[in-house]
Amino acid sequence: MSEGPVYTEYHPRWLRRRMSTYWWLERRAYRFFILRELSSIFVAWFVVYLLLLVRAVSQGDSGYQQFLGWSRSPIVLLLNVVSLLFVVFHAVTWFNLTPQAMVVRVRGRRVPGVLIAGSNYLAWALASALVAWLLLGG
Amino acid sequence: MAKRPIEPLLWLLFSAGGVLAALLIPSLLFLFGLAFPLGWFSPPSHEHLLALLRHPLTRVVLFLLCMLSLFHWAHRFRYTLYDGLQIKHMSDLINLLCYGGAIVGSVMAGYLLWQVP
Repeated sequence: MSEGPVYTEYHPRWLRRRMSTYWWLERRAYRFFILRELSSIFVAWFVVYLLLLVRAVSQGDSGYQQFLGWSRSPIVLLLNVVSLLFVVFHAVTWFNLTPQAMVVRVRGRRVPGVLIAGSNYLAWALASALVAWLLLGG
Repeated sequence: MAKRPIEPLLWLLFSAGGVLAALLIPSLLFLFGLAFPLGWFSPPSHEHLLALLRHPLTRVVLFLLCMLSLFHWAHRFRYTLYDGLQIKHMSDLINLLCYGGAIVGSVMAGYLLWQVP
């Protein structure tokens, strides 16, 4: 492909408004959208954090204690607080969207969206309870 | 853009990762990122965590969580870059960074979980 645009003669000028690079700042819905998309960065950060924890635990008790000390440092704490907000935002928007992405029919009738979203929240609660039980119960 | 047969698979990984991340990450991050460091709950002993990590089911779940979350990130971040910054013309580089990163991260997750003593 050749570099640059190819111009065709004898046609009206395109009525295509140039979008600003910061178009997503213009409206509340756009900012909401971009925040939701940016939540994925914090999902990825959690994976890194989790793998650092796994590595530390594999290295023995001293490695684990070192990890716990590191997790108390202000920068890591701040990053994790922001990440938690974004991850919860991801979870809520994700669960609320599923009724629109997934149409479930029982005996020919469409299951109301509230029920689908509700079952997602129930699964979220159960999964969180299981995690808490495994980590705090022992 | 020409339709690529791999696109549905990438969307499936994105979607599965979105579900797993939504279900598991908030509680894990709350505990290990906030509650334990701030002393709201006492952190589990090393022995207890190691016993949990030794269980094959834990490792499988954590591996799936890591891998699918990374592919979720890759897919979403790719479109964030495409649309947010309007740099779709750099799609080859973006795809390499996003999906390449997800693949490298998944391999590392597999290795780290595999080598738990």
